[in-house]
Order: sequence, then structure tokens, then C-alpha cells
Amino acid sequence: MLAESLFFSAVLFTIGVVGVLTRRNAIIIFMCVELMLNAVNLTFIAFAQVYGVAGQIFVFFVMTVAAAEAAVGLAIIIALFRHRQTVNLSNINLLKG
Amino acid sequence: MTHNELPLFYVFNFYLFGLVAIVSALAFVTRRSPVAAAMWLVSVMFSLAAMYVMLDAQFIGTMQVLVYAGAIMVVFLFVIMLLNLGHASELADARGLWWKLAGGGASLALLAQIFAVTRAKLPEAFLLPENTIANQVTRDGAIAPLAGPLFHEYLLAFEVTSVLLLAAVVGAVVLGKRKERAHAR
Repeated sequence: MLAESLFFSAVLFTIGVVGVLTRRNAIIIFMCVELMLNAVNLTFIAFAQVYGVAGQIFVFFVMTVAAAEAAVGLAIIIALFRHRQTVNLSNINLLKG
Repeated sequence: MTHNELPLFYVFNFYLFGLVAIVSALAFVTRRSPVAAAMWLVSVMFSLAAMYVMLDAQFIGTMQVLVYAGAIMVVFLFVIMLLNLGHASELADARGLWWKLAGGGASLALLAQIFAVTRAKLPEAFLLPENTIANQVTRDGAIAPLAGPLFHEYLLAFEVTSVLLLAAVVGAVVLGKRKERAHAR
């Protein structure tokens, strides 16, 4: 099932990239990043089946980092919303020349 | 790589969950409402959990349901609810044609690249014998094969992760704290 898993993982990762590139809602972009993390996790699990259990442990750590990232990222989004009253990235252009 | 014959039932279900995951992911990136998008993402995560279980990672599949679909997505939904993101101005968030073309081109390039990489020949020297993980799980249960290495070889990473979580908690609290308004100078 290794080849099939890699196929599904590649497609899911690409869908996540397309979401990041084509949306402007910060929360949806953030969820697309989570989708990309999940796609990579599938690759790790598939390789763990043929190369040893270390891949599953890596997925464990990826999940922990994803949880920490979600907490901090959503706090940033809330702080941003307090300042600008929006999460639309085209209205958040303080660093734009 | 030689595979012993997998039962048709197994293969059918694996493809079924993969297709469900891809269709849900497509629905996820095309929904306008953040709540609907989050629900489709939960569907992706459940099908991925099913695939993990079929790939002999029962414990990780459980964690996927509990931590990802349970905890992280609830935090997302909670923030969507807190910020009340259902207005029309927030919903019209698709970028223009040029961004879509750029996204399509980048995705095609990425997909081609990933397929080229995954067709590469895998190193045979590290390959485990067939069904090693499945036999381990049958012998020791679903958690012991994971817990052993986690608390021996990867103990340092485990402890560093706890420091990371502490830093994330402190950061989230500091960021989320309502600042005193600076209007009254």
C-alpha cells in the first residue's frame, strides 16, 4: 500500500498548497496548512510500515507541534482581528510598500 | 518490493477512504463559509485516521481522531465562532484570476515533482521483513511498539516537546490577553 499512500498524500498536499495560494481568509489558509501537515503524516505512516516504527513516532511529534502551532497561530489571528476587525489578508497590508 | 497478496476487501476500503479524503479536501478548499470548510477538513482527518489504522498505526489513528479532529478543529471552530466570521465581506475571499492561474501552475509543478520523487527506487538495505509492524502489534498491543522507542531513543525529543508546549501556552496567553486601551493618555 506504499505507492497508493504516497499518491494520496501527494494529492492532498497539493490541494493544501492550492488553498493557501487561492484564498484570502487567514483562518482558511491556516486550515490548509493543517491539511498539508496531515498529508505529510500519511507519508510518514506509510513509510513506517516498511522501514520501522520511527516514522510513527515522528508523526507523534508532528501532531504535538501542530497543536502548539494552532494555539499560537489562532492567538495571533485573534490579536490581528482586534486591530483590523478583519481576517481578510488583502486588508492586512501594513508591510506592503 | 514484494508484497504478499492483500485481501480485496482491504484494498477496496483503502482506496475508498483515500477517495473520500481527496473529495473532502476539494470540498474544503472550495467552500466559502469557514464553518463548512472546517467540517470538510474534519471529514478529511477521519478518513486519514482510517487509513492510518489500515497501515498498522492504530495508536496514531486514535490520536488523529482525538487530537486533530477532536481538539485542534474544535479550537478552529471556536475561533471562527468568537470572531463571528460569517459576513459577506469575509466570505468573498477568493483571489483573482492571476492568483488562481499561479496556484494551478504551482500545483501542477508540485504534483509532477512529487510523483517524480515517489517513483524513485527505495533503498532496499533498510527494508523490514514483511508484516513486521503488524506482527509487533499482534504480539505486544498497539501502544508498546511505539512507547518503547519513544521513551528510549527519542526521550530527549519528547522532553524538548514538553518545553515547546509550555512556550506555546505562554505565547498564546500573552497574545490573547486584552491590552489596556491606550486612548486615555
